[in-house]
Amino acid sequence: MSAGTALAGFADPVLDSQAAFRAVLEAMSRPGRIQRLPVPPELPPGIGPAAAAVLLALADADTPIRLAAGAEAQAWIRFHTGARAAPAAEAAFVLDSDAGLLDLDPGTEEEPERGATLILEVESLSEGSGWRLSGPGIQATHRLAVAGVRDGFLADWAASRARFPRGVDVILCAGDRIAALPRGIAIEEG
Amino acid sequence: MTHDPGYNFAYLDESTKRMIRRAILKAVAIPGHQVPFGSREMPLPYGWGTGGIQVTASVLGPRDVLKVIDQGSDDTTNAVSIRAFFRRTAGVATTERTAEATIIQTRHRIPERRLTEGQILVYQVPIPEPLARLEPRIAETRRLHAMADYGLMHVKLYEDIAKHGHIATSYSYPVMVNERYLMSPSPIPAFDNPKMHMMPALQLFGAGREKRIYAVPPYTAVRSLDFEDHPFRPIRAPHRCELCGSGDTYLDEVLVDDKGGRIFVCSDTDHCQERQAMREAAE
Repeated sequence: MSAGTALAGFADPVLDSQAAFRAVLEAMSRPGRIQRLPVPPELPPGIGPAAAAVLLALADADTPIRLAAGAEAQAWIRFHTGARAAPAAEAAFVLDSDAGLLDLDPGTEEEPERGATLILEVESLSEGSGWRLSGPGIQATHRLAVAGVRDGFLADWAASRARFPRGVDVILCAGDRIAALPRGIAIEEG
Repeated sequence: MTHDPGYNFAYLDESTKRMIRRAILKAVAIPGHQVPFGSREMPLPYGWGTGGIQVTASVLGPRDVLKVIDQGSDDTTNAVSIRAFFRRTAGVATTERTAEATIIQTRHRIPERRLTEGQILVYQVPIPEPLARLEPRIAETRRLHAMADYGLMHVKLYEDIAKHGHIATSYSYPVMVNERYLMSPSPIPAFDNPKMHMMPALQLFGAGREKRIYAVPPYTAVRSLDFEDHPFRPIRAPHRCELCGSGDTYLDEVLVDDKGGRIFVCSDTDHCQERQAMREAAE
């Protein structure tokens, strides 16, 4: 038994999964608005509370995962969800801050829903300043300040967005909070 | 309230919900695109809302307040049964008031009252593919969506005009979502189409038999297809509601005797009752 399997998942797997999903759904429907997730009581090293909650709620044996957090986190996710490890280019969920948006599976023109979901852990998220987001889900524009994304993210984002309907959806995580960037959203630097 | 312990919360098993939830998230990220999902057999026949009920079951939480309407009405068999189903399997509160609901499952209507940011509208969809009657091959319709090639639908609307002098489509009137995907709004009357445009609430669509989920995020452009010289016109019966007097809501025609007597009443029963109560209070 590896160490990861000794740690608990959600305290209430049914209702916590539902609440976490609803927060992700709200985040994806209203890009840039910050949502709070129920978090598991224990975490393996290398994975933040919100990122862990997203995976516990949504991953399973049908969703290969690329996890940069190490063997213990991998074993923990595997134990609680059944999801197996995969290279970034083949994964449905990617939690790897080194993974480039353009290196992940964007789906196909006919099956864009196969595009990956990138879960990015960042230093902080706040609304009201920073990036200007616009697109479906946003009435006019929405401001979101994100600290700790890698250089070149916005250039990659613009290139990824140009492939719509193919593309990668991003969930930004900081602590127990998330904000989502569905693939079609336009981002302007603030 | 608690749910019947003989069932998992909201009936579906957790792995099914997880699969449906992932489909819903991708549907929201690609507005108007139909996402395939592993539709389950439900304890009601196809055509009674198996798609809508699976979407509702996957979204619903214990603090939600559920409203279900069938053709605008809260008290038809389908609506009453689905509310009872979720009261039993999820223990959630149900309501007939549009304003109080957090999730509204609907068959063939959008409520008259403007929906808000805190609400999710779940449509029951019989035929999700807007091109189905024009192109029966699913592989081909997928290709047409991939290329955003919707000439077929324009030709169909044009033929309507050539034959009838106007666009003779009064329900399931095709829409463009965010100027990218052609989408069936489900068999709502064309009268309801303008309500979909920039709606503050999230709109989710579930087709159980056809195994498709699609979505319109809040504040998303939804345009009914038309032509410059034949603009889209939402149609309603040119009458007032016999019960509340409304002149701007969608009306049902009701036969009242066997001599051809008929009245028109609001299809949205909650809205109608609210207006009747306001009228009585004013008198």
